[in-house]
Amino acid sequence: MAPLVPSQEELQRRRIIDINAETVTNIPSTDFPGHWPGESHGWALDKFKEGFKVEYHRNDPHEASFSLIGLDAAVANAFRRVLMAEIPTLAIEYVFVHNNTSVIQDEVLAQRLGLIPLKGNVDGINWMRWYRKPSEDEDSTEEDGPSDFNTVVMHLDVECTKNPNAHPDEQDPRILYNNAHVYARDLTFSPVGRQDQYFVGDGAIRPVNPDILIAKMRPGQKIEMELHCVKGIGADHAKFSPVATATYRLMPDIKIQRPIIGDDAKKFAKCFPKGVIALEPVTAEEASQKGSGYEGHAGEQKAVVRDAFNDTVSRECLRHEEFQGKVKLGRIRDHFIFNVESTGQFESDALFLEAIKVLKLKCTRWKRGLSDLMA
Amino acid sequence: MSREAYQVPAMGGQNAFADSGFSAMAVDNPAVNYLCGECNARVPLKRGDPIRCKDCGHRVLYKERTKRMVQFEAR
Repeated sequence: MAPLVPSQEELQRRRIIDINAETVTNIPSTDFPGHWPGESHGWALDKFKEGFKVEYHRNDPHEASFSLIGLDAAVANAFRRVLMAEIPTLAIEYVFVHNNTSVIQDEVLAQRLGLIPLKGNVDGINWMRWYRKPSEDEDSTEEDGPSDFNTVVMHLDVECTKNPNAHPDEQDPRILYNNAHVYARDLTFSPVGRQDQYFVGDGAIRPVNPDILIAKMRPGQKIEMELHCVKGIGADHAKFSPVATATYRLMPDIKIQRPIIGDDAKKFAKCFPKGVIALEPVTAEEASQKGSGYEGHAGEQKAVVRDAFNDTVSRECLRHEEFQGKVKLGRIRDHFIFNVESTGQFESDALFLEAIKVLKLKCTRWKRGLSDLMA
Repeated sequence: MSREAYQVPAMGGQNAFADSGFSAMAVDNPAVNYLCGECNARVPLKRGDPIRCKDCGHRVLYKERTKRMVQFEAR
């Protein structure tokens, strides 16, 4: 028996999560085998390719927004989690304090330094390998411990002195003293081994934001430290996370089921963020149609959905008596609007490709594990 | 009795700080640098010296920070 094929309307209805005044219904996806009697929902690559779509809304180096349409929530969530916790980046990990007479304590300073996002030549960062702590045991190999392919060395050497050229009445410590504020730009990169092939010129390792305040000092105080940066992942420590935020939301869906005309339309538009609802005059054609609800309202303003993308789904419109039964709010279950904000080590759109790479790698490992299990 | 007349108790053999380990130090009697709590001046002090800043007379002195390298994890 050939499998039943549901109508387009029915499929469209199943794509929508209903958002009601007090409840959210029709939440889980049902497009899997065995849910709808007689229908086949087996996963097939060509069917997925047919339905899958990517749309870019915004693509800046530090922020990207794009839609993934036609995939399951599990996959979209996997990408989000991989983005936050599994893409390797470089961050300061070991701090060797030679001298620190500033008021900020060594361990607090070390923690602050670790959180500074660094950037450098991407090929170089990908060339670098994991740092492996030399083990306490005797049988540690040559590979362990710091080396040019796993550790980037930076220095922070600043001393605060009086500025002899300052005006005697000067109150601002930044003018009164030299180096009163220590910023991220004071970090200096010292390449070792093959690092000078990768991290040269614009590719040198440096903080993404040079204006991060690290410490404040007064004359006679001094900070002298060596910083070792290693590669790590966000699951280990948040400083290794390549994203500031990586979120997704579902595309809002607004359906006006019965006409909203005149002053009601204005009030209706006010229930939504700007630009979501537009006002259009009722055409003579619509007004002449019997049973459309527009009879005798030609020329008056009616509410139409212009751009549901910007809606916050606040449900404000459901609170008003006059809109009861006229509007239906929802979200499209398989339309994910991603927002990825990079900390600067990678371009934000490259980050998503990295996430796909990581997930692919995980899948191949899983597949290999399965075939080992069968063998 | 004026405060200046105060005498540091004699460091005899009974003093816990003065036995074996310290006796070697007592021989060459090195000056240790301290920092004045008031004027931040360097105050080299030998054993038995009055605890007092040579510049401003302040009586609170601080030890200098260790010259050893200290390692931390940036976590």
